[in-house]
Amino acid sequence: MQKTSTTKDLSTPVNTAQLRRARRERVLTWVMPIILLIIAVGLWEYLVWYHEIPKYLIPAPSLIAETLVKDGPSLMASSWFTVKLTFFSLGLAIIGGVLLGALFALSRPVELSLFPFAVILQVTPVVAIAPLILIYVDSTFAALLICAWIVAFFPILSNTVMGLRSADHNLIDLFTMYRATRWQRLRYLLAPSALPYFMAALKVAGGLALIGAVVAEFVAGTAGQNTGLASRIIESSFRSEIPRMFAALVLVSFLGIIIFLLTSWASSKVLGHWHESEVRREY
Amino acid sequence: MTSDLIIRLTHVSKKFGQAFLAVDDLSLNIKEGEFITFLGPSGCGKSTALKMIAGLLPVSAGSIEITPSSAVSEQDLGFVFQEPTLMPWATVFDNVYLPLRLVGLRRSEVEPRVTQILKEVGLTRFADSYPRELSGGMKMRVSIARALVTRPRILLMDEPFAALDEMTRSKLNDDVVRLANENKLTVIFVTHSVFESVYLSTRIMVMAARPGRVVADLPMQTPWPPKDEWRTTPEFMSEARKVSEVLKGTLDAKDIDH
Ligand SMILES: Nc1ncnc2c1ncn2[C@@H]1O[C@H](COP(=O)(O)OP(=O)(O)OP(=O)(O)O)[C@@H](O)[C@H]1O
Ligand SMILES: [Mg+2]
Repeated sequence: MQKTSTTKDLSTPVNTAQLRRARRERVLTWVMPIILLIIAVGLWEYLVWYHEIPKYLIPAPSLIAETLVKDGPSLMASSWFTVKLTFFSLGLAIIGGVLLGALFALSRPVELSLFPFAVILQVTPVVAIAPLILIYVDSTFAALLICAWIVAFFPILSNTVMGLRSADHNLIDLFTMYRATRWQRLRYLLAPSALPYFMAALKVAGGLALIGAVVAEFVAGTAGQNTGLASRIIESSFRSEIPRMFAALVLVSFLGIIIFLLTSWASSKVLGHWHESEVRREY
Repeated sequence: MTSDLIIRLTHVSKKFGQAFLAVDDLSLNIKEGEFITFLGPSGCGKSTALKMIAGLLPVSAGSIEITPSSAVSEQDLGFVFQEPTLMPWATVFDNVYLPLRLVGLRRSEVEPRVTQILKEVGLTRFADSYPRELSGGMKMRVSIARALVTRPRILLMDEPFAALDEMTRSKLNDDVVRLANENKLTVIFVTHSVFESVYLSTRIMVMAARPGRVVADLPMQTPWPPKDEWRTTPEFMSEARKVSEVLKGTLDAKDIDH
């Protein structure tokens, strides 16, 4: 919280109530989900053990954990591949989306002529184009990168365009009155106005980049030279190594959660001091 | 009070679309140091006229001349909108610094100036606050400080205090009078409120709608700057009644929907 200069009621009842509410909030956001997760995993372990479910159907969490450790090196290498793919494509989606978005916002003709293609790119399922891309692009990594990029790119583009257009009209007038240059307008007015929209897009695009990376690798899977987590899942499924499949799946979800936490954290860092969506209200 | 001409409007009209006359044939000479209010019902073209003077809207016909200034200032005009119109991502200091930043002055060069103007509007303690942490009246003060930081000669205000409560409003009215007096400003002030216009102005332009036009040009005889006590005197009341009558006349002339 930024410093506020309002007079605060310092009487104890209010303060303890405030503290209690803050503590409750922390408990709800972290402790509760973790407790729930532990209970669910425990229940899973118990049910598998109690009904003696074979491990090629549903492996127990303990077995999955064991597999995670045993196959650690190969799974880690695959995770690293997927991480690289995801973040690389997200990075390119940000660069491409923001640059093209800025171009669209600055020039109506450019937007009108290019936007339909962006939409086509967006609405065509990536699974459907992935085989083609894999044929045309030599390097598998590059092909996968393109697939993941296609998926992550659109939300950033459309939100950047909308954000750059969302500046307050009176503020635009004010900038006109003070004869602001194009660059000043972009730097001091349009970009900050677009930031909340961009951060919202980033949260979506982060998850989409991962989905794109995994889906594309599924399509490419049989090529055999890929070493991402999706390949581990396909491979395990062929060999009926169900615990290993689960282990890879756990890692994919874990990666997704990390991406979500990172983008949420970035959003609150960037917008926390001013935008309604991230400002913590004081009671 | 000098009597040099500072703004001249000659037969200014503004059309929106093909036939809608928002401002019709407005001619007006404004002298340096005058405090003019545009008083009129909603939709009579007050904002449109003000925006044309500020150069934010092109005129459809006629011309607006502003005498070039000899004094040093980054921007001759200050504009205060009906809403505070602050940048929510910037601190109070940065909001006020904006006009100077846009003309290329570095923060270190102008820090004393920004600090000084914040002091004049009573916001020194809030320089590092964000707009969301301020009350409506305080936001309006920031907006006024931003308009004055370039040392303009002319201050244009578009119903700046319409959204505020009565007490805050009279306090801010006194602040505007003081600042206008200290900085030798020429002010054009748009308002709905008869009392506000009588209190503030040296001259009231009563406007009517459809087409938007000036129906009466009422010079005020009362001494300027006004004093707070004046608000409760019989003379003030009788001035306000006179202006009210004129305003009512314009409303009866046409049945205006509002
Ligand atoms: N950009 C625009 N396009 C079309 N019509 C407009 C535009 N701006 C204003 N008008 C019309 O011009 C008329 C005058 O508008 P203006 O905003 O100047 O009124 P106003 O006197 O400031 O009213 P208020 O007191 O409600 O602010 C209104 O009828 C409005 O509908
Ligand atoms: Mg208006």
